[in-house]
Amino acid sequence: MSSSRTLSDHDDSSFFDYLLHRRPDLVPGNRDWNGTANPLWDPNRPHQIPQPPHGTTVLALKYREGVVIAGDRRATEGFQIAGRQMEKVFKIDGYSAMAIAGTAGPAIEMVKLFQTELEHYEKLEGVQLSYEGKANKLGQMIKANLPMVFHGLIVIPIYVGYDHRRRDGRIFKYDITGGRYEESEYHAIGSGGKDARSTMREHYRKNLSEDETLKLALLSLYNAAEEDVGTGGPDLIRGIYPTAKVVNATGITDVEDQRVAMLYAELVAERKQEG
Amino acid sequence: MPLPYYVSPEQMMQDKAEYAKKGISKGRSIIAVEYADGILLVADNPSASLYKISEIYDSIAFSGAGKYSEFESLRKAGIRHADLKGFMYSREDVTARSLANGYSQTLGTIFSQELKPLEVEILVAEVGQTGRPNELYRISFDGSIFDERGYAVIGGRSEALQGYLKEHYKAEGLTLKAGLALCSAALENITNQKLPLEGLEIATLERNRVGRKFRRILPAESRQILT
Repeated sequence: MSSSRTLSDHDDSSFFDYLLHRRPDLVPGNRDWNGTANPLWDPNRPHQIPQPPHGTTVLALKYREGVVIAGDRRATEGFQIAGRQMEKVFKIDGYSAMAIAGTAGPAIEMVKLFQTELEHYEKLEGVQLSYEGKANKLGQMIKANLPMVFHGLIVIPIYVGYDHRRRDGRIFKYDITGGRYEESEYHAIGSGGKDARSTMREHYRKNLSEDETLKLALLSLYNAAEEDVGTGGPDLIRGIYPTAKVVNATGITDVEDQRVAMLYAELVAERKQEG
Repeated sequence: MPLPYYVSPEQMMQDKAEYAKKGISKGRSIIAVEYADGILLVADNPSASLYKISEIYDSIAFSGAGKYSEFESLRKAGIRHADLKGFMYSREDVTARSLANGYSQTLGTIFSQELKPLEVEILVAEVGQTGRPNELYRISFDGSIFDERGYAVIGGRSEALQGYLKEHYKAEGLTLKAGLALCSAALENITNQKLPLEGLEIATLERNRVGRKFRRILPAESRQILT
């Protein structure tokens, strides 16, 4: 076929499949390591090459009108802090957001690919994918990353969104094989995920208001930061706070830093009072 | 011995051009005009689901006239080109100029090499940001590309429409309402019939929108704009 025709020799609404077909070198998890082991993951010399940065704790909670999704800002390289301002919560499209834990590089690449995938589908088909459809597609992309997992480059997301058909917020968690599981109340992943889940288990109730949910999210991250070295707490000196987004029927809104700072000030004051 | 079949290149090109023009002239028309806040695209299209105008990227829109199956595959190719480029480099590196060039190459190659030329005319519009001017490119069936200013027309009655717009289009401070009224009057003028708003496919590229600038205007809203 002539080169002019290769433009249209692909007939599929998935950008991921198009990339696999046209530029396999750009597909995350599909890199050619030339058959040698990943130099970043050589058990014989674990300290010679630094590990890539890791994102740590992210979480999501359902509330009366939708979902709150939040994450701390710390990135670690082994026992070193690699970044204090990393953004781990991403808007994917008008009604869904994703938070990532694991190796930062491939995770951010996956976010970008997933954003493009959904927009691509919407433009080609003229309609958005259903929320289930989006969640399944993400599962397939994580599955495609499986070869990277054996090199130690793990990416695990939480995917939340507003499902217009069910008129409800939804939370999906994933495992490394692309397995997709729905959570009906809350979930947290990453190095401090277990600690964050403990806090949420204690305080979570159904039909919380947006403010209460946001406060619980921030409290959970605060507690996780106390127990886990990988999780960053609120940095009052530099003014760096966890980031959060709210997803509901009207779309996605970023929670402003000021509001987070105020909620943390309240929280710290309460702690001091309790002694 | 039979004589080998020979057609002069001039004759062949002329025949192909005539064939393509004939196909396109059967179709309805599409107008794009620059207005104060961006670009307005209006198509004479009775179908509410088979679109002639569509979004390609953040500030780029596509419109095709002629044979649906042919411009639809060009539309899809354009979206793939843009999304791949934006993914590989950055969103701001996707430009209408590069896309229009791609269409020009594709149409030109097909016109000269294939037996049947594509019976399409393509319009690529990009709304300019941060002080840059808008861009309107018209690409015809043989790959020739025209850089238009103010307004552009593709489809069946494009010459008559161009004449009408040349007379009535005023760039200075054209509002969305005035632009829409102008396009609808132009289409009514050449078809000699009253066009209901349901029969118009309308979309805009709005300079001041955040992110994706493309927006469809449904009949209910266009009625509101015009009152």
